[in-house]
Amino acid sequence: MLPIILLSVFGIVLLFLGFLKTRAVLLPAALLFILIALGAGFLEWNKSYLYFGDMLLINNLAILFSTIVLISAFMVVALSGDFLEDEMAQPAEYYAILLFSIVGAMMMIGYENLIMLFVGVEILSVSMYILTGSDKRNLRSNEAALKYFLMGSFATGFMLFGMALLYGAVGSFTLTDIKSYILLSHGRPSLLLYMGELLVLIGMLFKVSAAPFHFWTPDVYEGAPTLFTAFMSTVVKTAGFAALLQLLSVSFSAIYGFWWVILAAITALTLLAGNLTAVYQNSFKRMMAYSSISHAGYLLIGLAALGQQSRSALVFYSLAYSLATISAFGILLLVAKQHTTDGRPDESYSAFNGLSRNNPLLAFVLAVSMLSLAGIPLTAGFWGKFMLFSAAVDRGMVWILILAVLMSAVGIYYYFRVVIAMYFREGQAGRIRVAPFYQFILIAATALTIILGIVPGLFQNIM
Amino acid sequence: MQPTQAPIQIPEVIQLIDLKYYLIISTALFVIGIIGVLTRRNAIIIFMSIELMLNSVNLLLIAFSSYRSDPTGQVFVFFIMAVAAAEVAVGLAIIVMIYRNTRSIDVGLLNKLKW
Repeated sequence: MLPIILLSVFGIVLLFLGFLKTRAVLLPAALLFILIALGAGFLEWNKSYLYFGDMLLINNLAILFSTIVLISAFMVVALSGDFLEDEMAQPAEYYAILLFSIVGAMMMIGYENLIMLFVGVEILSVSMYILTGSDKRNLRSNEAALKYFLMGSFATGFMLFGMALLYGAVGSFTLTDIKSYILLSHGRPSLLLYMGELLVLIGMLFKVSAAPFHFWTPDVYEGAPTLFTAFMSTVVKTAGFAALLQLLSVSFSAIYGFWWVILAAITALTLLAGNLTAVYQNSFKRMMAYSSISHAGYLLIGLAALGQQSRSALVFYSLAYSLATISAFGILLLVAKQHTTDGRPDESYSAFNGLSRNNPLLAFVLAVSMLSLAGIPLTAGFWGKFMLFSAAVDRGMVWILILAVLMSAVGIYYYFRVVIAMYFREGQAGRIRVAPFYQFILIAATALTIILGIVPGLFQNIM
Repeated sequence: MQPTQAPIQIPEVIQLIDLKYYLIISTALFVIGIIGVLTRRNAIIIFMSIELMLNSVNLLLIAFSSYRSDPTGQVFVFFIMAVAAAEVAVGLAIIVMIYRNTRSIDVGLLNKLKW
């Protein structure tokens, strides 16, 4: 709970720091604030407390998910040095909104009451609408913001209607009350409960961009400023899956037989839609958007096969995915700045041609993150997939497993296109100047990906 | 001379109508909202349809809350109203930003992003 209060206060402090003449103080301040919140979170390790009138539960699982969110946010902020040079940018507001959105994510992670879930989802979403449209003069950013906003509030409507129906059936918004209602109903809960669960699921699946609710994702991810795309595709996804895990494992585990078929069908559809469309992309950024849809599909396997292993598998996969995605977007930011086509950064695959010649480090970082996303052994992504797949085996969901393995093979094709472009194509990429801190963040993320890939046990001991 | 009737409590007035009618009218409003979002091309009207969806949820919550004599549903309505107001602020700002750049709020004209 302490991180939530701290980050809310720090966000306001950052807004006031924006009045200062020197912008240089903002970035270190934002990083420091996130680190303090990270440390404060671990004060509650191994204690399980309910806060705010039993509305928020902080346990080890919630702290782990919050840690992933905070690490992702730390990396995104650390890669944001450009804003301090851009005249049009408003770094104080951006950092403040980022901190506020982390508060929303943390409420989604630890909620114990549907009111808290709703408020958390909205804090996170409204912050994201603003950040998506933060490039005010860029038509593509405007369009992305409007699409995200309209589709996001549409989905919120569904989620709210579902919550209202759940309230009608149960008479309470608390997760444990919903659970005890289902247990007391002798296997015949009211129809309102089923409808309510479905609508809440639709709303949440929209937020994590699962098919068939994924149509906004490529447009929004492509139009938003790259840095905020990185934030969206990691923090929103991690928090969304933590919220879904909480909802399904606490409240609805008793009617598993009802929802697992629906979730398994959505998983299959998401895997197919994400991976097959990613193959046809020419823009790296748009490919990353489809890749984020396909990773939502892999994470959904963990939910459809809800069991003992699901929790640790979801945490591990979110961490691996966040590390790889942020470093990939970090490289894209650097590379896209070098060339411009039609007055905007070149984000196609060809921008990466011959990157390894003059920038071996950047090429290596991107290669490792692509390998991790594709799930090649000796990277964290491999163990993430392995844990999710073994959860599916425990539940006997063999057909989903076969589909997921096939789709990982398709994934290798489009992830390796950029690796081939970097190492085997000729290009005129000059030496790219990278700030030392930026470089340090990229190296740290890559090192963590490899360490987790070699000794995944390191992480499982914490769980 | 007839004795003056005791004033009827507000929840009782609501309960004169069967709960299922509240459910039907809320669902109808919600579906009208969905149809509005899916068929209209003007950003403001889409936005109004979304507000209609949220308000149908409010109506439903209040009805359930009164029938159960449980205040939490009404508290949730306040949360929804407050959050919807924040959303309106951000949403209208986005629409104004679009209008400044394109002189139009027709969502059909937004086609810069596609593969």
